[in-house]
Amino acid sequence: MITLAHMLTLSAVLFALSVAGIFLNRKNVLLLLMCIELLLLAANFNFVAFSRYLGQLDGQIFVFFVLTVAAAESAIGLAILVVLFRERRSINVEELNKLQG
Amino acid sequence: MNPNLLLAIPMLPLLAAVLAGVAGKAIGRGGAATLTIGAVAISCVLSCLVLKDMLTGQVPVYDGTVYTWLVSDGVRMQVGFLIDRLSALMMVVVTFVSLCVHVYTIGYMADDPGYQRFFAYISLFTFSMLMLVMANNFMQLFFGWEAVGVVSYLLIGFWYTRPSAIFAGLKAFLVNRVGDFGFVLGIAGVLYYTGSLDYQEVFAAAPAVATRSLMLFPGHGWSALTVVCICLFIGAMGKSAQIPLHVWLPDSMEGPTPISALIHAATMVTAGIFMVARMSPLFEYSPVALSFVLVIGATTALFMGFLGIVNNDIKRVIAYSTLSQLGYMTVALGVSGYSVAIFHLMTHAFFKALLFLAAGAVIIAMHHEQDMRKMGGLRHRMPVTYWTALIGALALIGTPLFSGFYSKDALIDAVHASQRFGAGYAYWCVLLGVFVTALYTFRMIFMTFHGPERLDQHAREHFHDVGWDMKAPLVALAIPSVIIGYLTVEPILFGGYFGNAIKVLEAHDVVGELKAEWHGPMAFALHSLISAPAWLAALGVYAAWWCVLKRPEFGDAMRERFSGTYRVLVNKYYFDWFNENVLVPLARGLGVALWRGGDEVVIDGALVNGSADAVGRLAGVTRLLQSGFLYSYAFWMIIGLAVSLGWFLIHI
Repeated sequence: MITLAHMLTLSAVLFALSVAGIFLNRKNVLLLLMCIELLLLAANFNFVAFSRYLGQLDGQIFVFFVLTVAAAESAIGLAILVVLFRERRSINVEELNKLQG
Repeated sequence: MNPNLLLAIPMLPLLAAVLAGVAGKAIGRGGAATLTIGAVAISCVLSCLVLKDMLTGQVPVYDGTVYTWLVSDGVRMQVGFLIDRLSALMMVVVTFVSLCVHVYTIGYMADDPGYQRFFAYISLFTFSMLMLVMANNFMQLFFGWEAVGVVSYLLIGFWYTRPSAIFAGLKAFLVNRVGDFGFVLGIAGVLYYTGSLDYQEVFAAAPAVATRSLMLFPGHGWSALTVVCICLFIGAMGKSAQIPLHVWLPDSMEGPTPISALIHAATMVTAGIFMVARMSPLFEYSPVALSFVLVIGATTALFMGFLGIVNNDIKRVIAYSTLSQLGYMTVALGVSGYSVAIFHLMTHAFFKALLFLAAGAVIIAMHHEQDMRKMGGLRHRMPVTYWTALIGALALIGTPLFSGFYSKDALIDAVHASQRFGAGYAYWCVLLGVFVTALYTFRMIFMTFHGPERLDQHAREHFHDVGWDMKAPLVALAIPSVIIGYLTVEPILFGGYFGNAIKVLEAHDVVGELKAEWHGPMAFALHSLISAPAWLAALGVYAAWWCVLKRPEFGDAMRERFSGTYRVLVNKYYFDWFNENVLVPLARGLGVALWRGGDEVVIDGALVNGSADAVGRLAGVTRLLQSGFLYSYAFWMIIGLAVSLGWFLIHI
């Protein structure tokens, strides 16, 4: 029998993996975007788990919103990535330190 | 009394001053003179009417507010008039002398390019002085006090192309600032202890304030009222030129002679005397403050007189005489003889203005020569001036039956009768002062009008007697200089003229003691013939005659013999030297130290630039945290989130 605890544990593991991916990854911006997706999915998993546990649909409806935002976000992220690559001929995270101004 | 009528008295000269000052070119020289003289003449007539109403007792004392400027925390700052017999008398003296001086100015300033400006200034002065004497609260008193100071500054430096005039004006202004500092503290003290600026409320609270004490230094309780009174009197010391704040008055002679007569002899310098008399309900409760007043006044009266003996500038001799006479008035205040002080103020205003105007006539006739060593024998050339000056001199030295006699002899008797601490010293000072006064006054008269003519070529060729526009004020002032004392001594001193305007406690009432021996003005004059002052005055005149006319070489011999004393006197007791070589460098050093240390190092260096530097340095450190790598930002975000969530969880 799969209980709430199992689902929450899975979601926590996913979340931890993606967080680790965000700041341990020093090579590829694409991987970064994927980790963000995973992060959101972990959150979605929580929503769905609680929705099932409490017997309410609110959580699952909210997941659609989150998925929409995630899709839009990755679209913009990929667009930025394309521009970035055209500009710098590289998507290596090590070289992207322009945020310091 | 009609408030509008009262308002017109100071406002007319103000209006005339503004018109003559702003539209001077448009209305021309004649227009400015006519306008200001007309305004002051109307003021004078109205003041006389007010005094007449006061004397006949038809009207009660007027104490009312004309305009409320602002109310702050229950303190009302107002323009208001307190018209009692004291202010009415002052108003008449001020406007009458002012009128004489206005008329005299027509002749004196005839060929001066600043003609309209001068009339604007003296009219403005009349306004300020009237505001001062008519005030019913400290606020307005202070306004008038400062306004006369400003006009005095403007007029001393009237000939602004002369460096010495500018220096003298600045000196007068700065020395008065020292006094005004005390004055402001005094007013602040009054406000602090009574919560009001209105005279009547403050006077009513005076006995209560007298019981309170003030801790100036730890462990030394002072009577609050004594501190307040001494502070107020420091203001009076500046304005009325008492030692050691007297140094500006002799230098103020750089200004045109009419204002020396009006401002620096008859009216403005007596503002301090008037103020103390006005504040008599405060001063009466503080014998310590009165003793202070007494000692300062006595020292000024005698020691400034000595300086008159060694001066050769005709105006400066009269200026030192003014200082000495102001000292006499201050002494009278110090022994609680306020009415005597005001009486002497009044008679002095007439004869001293007369002496100044006569000196001015001589100066004009001599083509701006002020050195008495180059005069002599002028009595044949300008008889009217001679006789009027002689009347002024006789009044000044206290010749029986002249106005100065009544005020000065009553003053000396009052000091003699006083039991106050310092009265013994003051008595000898004023008594010896009589001899000194007679000596320098008649030295001046003899050197100027008698003896051989010592005119130089230039003065001899261009000598011309002055016109009647200048002689008329001399005559107009000579008349009261002779008779005013005889006529008014009895009502003012012994007839209870001042009523409630001046308050004297029973125990201090020296004038009341004199009343017991009073048998009328004529008897007083006859009695004086067997008393010391009259003989001292006669001796002074004789000494002057001996030194100047009979044996001119005697003066030189004395100068040789007492060269040390002479040097001290010529250097004015080194007051100027002390100020310029000790006080000024000290103040300057303090200023430089505060500028270099306080301003440049602390404020500019540490506070303004220092705070900017600190922000810059902090930013320099924190910018190292900004790596620019996305992953490190994400890492710090998560750390931050974890910390705040953790904190949140722990505290719930």
